[in-house]
Amino acid sequence: MPEYAPLDIPDEGKLARNITHFARALRKAGLPVGPGRVVEAIRAVEAAGFSDRIDFYWTLHACFVSRPEQRMVFAQVFRLFWRDPRYLEHMMAMMLPALRGVAEDRLVKPAEKRAAEALLDGAARDLPEGMDEEEGTEIEVDASFTMSGEERLRSLDFEQMSTAEIAAAKRMLTRLSLPVRPLQSRRTMAARGGALPDWRRTMRAAMRQGGEITGFEMRRRRLRWPNLVCLCDISGSMSAYSRAVLHFLHAVANRKGAGWARVHAFTFGTRLTNITRHLDQRDVDAALAAAGAEAQDWEGGTRIGACLHAFNRDWSRRVLGQGAVVLLITDGLDRDDPEALAREMERLHLSARRVIWLNPLLRWEGFAPKAAGIRAILPHVDTFRAGHNIAALEGLAAALSDGADPGEAARLREWLAREAPGPERELLADGAVNLSH
Amino acid sequence: MQSIDAVTQALAAQNYVCGRPLATVVFLSLKLGRPLFLEGEAGTGKTEIAKAIAASLGRRLIRLQCYEGLDAASAVYEWNFAAQMVAIRAAEAEGGADKEVLTKALFSADYLIERPLLQAMRPDAAGAPVLLIDELDRTDEPFEAFLLEALSDFQVTIPELGTIRAPEPPIVILTSNRTREVHDALKRRCLYHWVDYPDFAREMEIVTARAPEASHALSREVVAFVQKLRTEDLFKKPGVAETIDWAKCLLALDVVELSPDVIADTLGAILKYQDDIQKLQGSEAKRLLDEARASLEPA
Repeated sequence: MPEYAPLDIPDEGKLARNITHFARALRKAGLPVGPGRVVEAIRAVEAAGFSDRIDFYWTLHACFVSRPEQRMVFAQVFRLFWRDPRYLEHMMAMMLPALRGVAEDRLVKPAEKRAAEALLDGAARDLPEGMDEEEGTEIEVDASFTMSGEERLRSLDFEQMSTAEIAAAKRMLTRLSLPVRPLQSRRTMAARGGALPDWRRTMRAAMRQGGEITGFEMRRRRLRWPNLVCLCDISGSMSAYSRAVLHFLHAVANRKGAGWARVHAFTFGTRLTNITRHLDQRDVDAALAAAGAEAQDWEGGTRIGACLHAFNRDWSRRVLGQGAVVLLITDGLDRDDPEALAREMERLHLSARRVIWLNPLLRWEGFAPKAAGIRAILPHVDTFRAGHNIAALEGLAAALSDGADPGEAARLREWLAREAPGPERELLADGAVNLSH
Repeated sequence: MQSIDAVTQALAAQNYVCGRPLATVVFLSLKLGRPLFLEGEAGTGKTEIAKAIAASLGRRLIRLQCYEGLDAASAVYEWNFAAQMVAIRAAEAEGGADKEVLTKALFSADYLIERPLLQAMRPDAAGAPVLLIDELDRTDEPFEAFLLEALSDFQVTIPELGTIRAPEPPIVILTSNRTREVHDALKRRCLYHWVDYPDFAREMEIVTARAPEASHALSREVVAFVQKLRTEDLFKKPGVAETIDWAKCLLALDVVELSPDVIADTLGAILKYQDDIQKLQGSEAKRLLDEARASLEPA
């Protein structure tokens, strides 16, 4: 580490204390600021000098911010914190009614609320606890749950389950896994019978034999697990299913060992919400409650096209790299422009390695895709499966490990080709090409 | 570089125009000896800044381009097996050398191929080199974990040779296009900066510095149009590199003024997705151009 000159800023102790206090405020606003960073920040301010407010801002910014989404929070905390030393007292008086009041008389800037809450030490925190009372209720289930009971649950529609059955189903879902087909990585490992020579080990072996090369040591490609990106519809028509599916996703995301490298989860109804971080919590109820608090559009309307557009624009480049598989869970009932939806689906399909569509409506035998939204999505998926009960989710697991299984997609595309008017038939011809690879 | 202003001036001398925020983190990174982590959209000048810093300090620039499956053999060092084989054959032909001596000779610096990370730890007469680890998001997590260790100690252990330690830590700059999140543990060790698209005035400076042949009037139109374009709902917004490219394209075509036709013909220089190009067909380009011109009026 380089040597640091002694601090020659007048109010030395005070400034260091203020920065520490500021760091604590940032921490409460959700920025991961450890003591190491605080020390770093004090040294940085020492190094950069203290002539200009702008320099001071960017110096602290460089030390405390490590993600773009933190910039807004940082800016607000900074603005509030360094504006006036006596600011906290002012804020206490000023912010409380603004935060608590139902109608806010001014526009609160995006991160301001979080910043204010952090500075007020949680005094104004009023977050919803748990998203649904019924879901949270603990129900005693007979421990000697019979096999036949499980069988019944397996085929029972999520929508028709009683609370007790839902609790039991959740328990089954946590045991269910979503097997993955691994991808070939460009990394290699030592392996007898591998295809690539391992020069380094060959040389070492040779040196043990006094320079005599007796045979080649080999290596082969390692396998790696792809990422899973799940887009889950949480609109009114999907409510019974999306919760069960989120339970299932939580189980998949928290399974240790061989499995998906990373599970990213998004919910959408009228707007897109990233709930990935919430799924990291070990406790499933806490995780879903946090996700529920984050997503503001539970059981509302659906705007699939607009939400997919938001995903394509803001997230696809960040989460779909390195061969991710997309799991789209929706009934496809959408009132927006089907052409826009088809365009977004095409973009999604082009960016992802594989798109799997899980649709609870498929539970009806002879389901025909009459809704415009379903027709728009169908040409751009690789696999189309039912997702209305545990057996269907098990079927999905089998489909994923099998690889090329298109599920019901082929049958429905055929049906569409027969029923659909001219231009849509062309679209479906494209879909058939997509299907073959 | 003793102050933030000095950093701005030194980079400007290398035709790199940078704002106060970026100059501040560069200054801090140099002063505190911490790696600099730059994240931002493609074409916003992340790689260029490493080149500019190296040039202005007169240091050597060592670049490690990341890709999936990047391993120690291509990032740190590798033994020259072909040469080792030849040496073994030669020793045999001379009647067989002593095993110990041969091992020592074969695993010496003569047979070592140094890759960027190891090169960066070697002493340099001009001072510690600038190590650019480009597009870190393209590699995988195991490599990040390895970097974590390398960047905290600036030393590499080669089992056959021992530990090599950098006499003076190199100036490390990491860049990422954010196609995935880089682990927090690595970010924590670095100073972070999100490189954003520049505003009109700064982009004008950049274009003037990078494409000086373009007339002032044309540059103004080009920059205003690109600025306008970035406010549109596009899948991939054009970066600064695209603006400079486009200005150069227009120069090559002897264009003195933008027109909807010229824009339609050269759109491939700024937009790289068919969907985006499709959006600007027809009257859309004219509308944007008119709006861009209108924004120039008061100046």
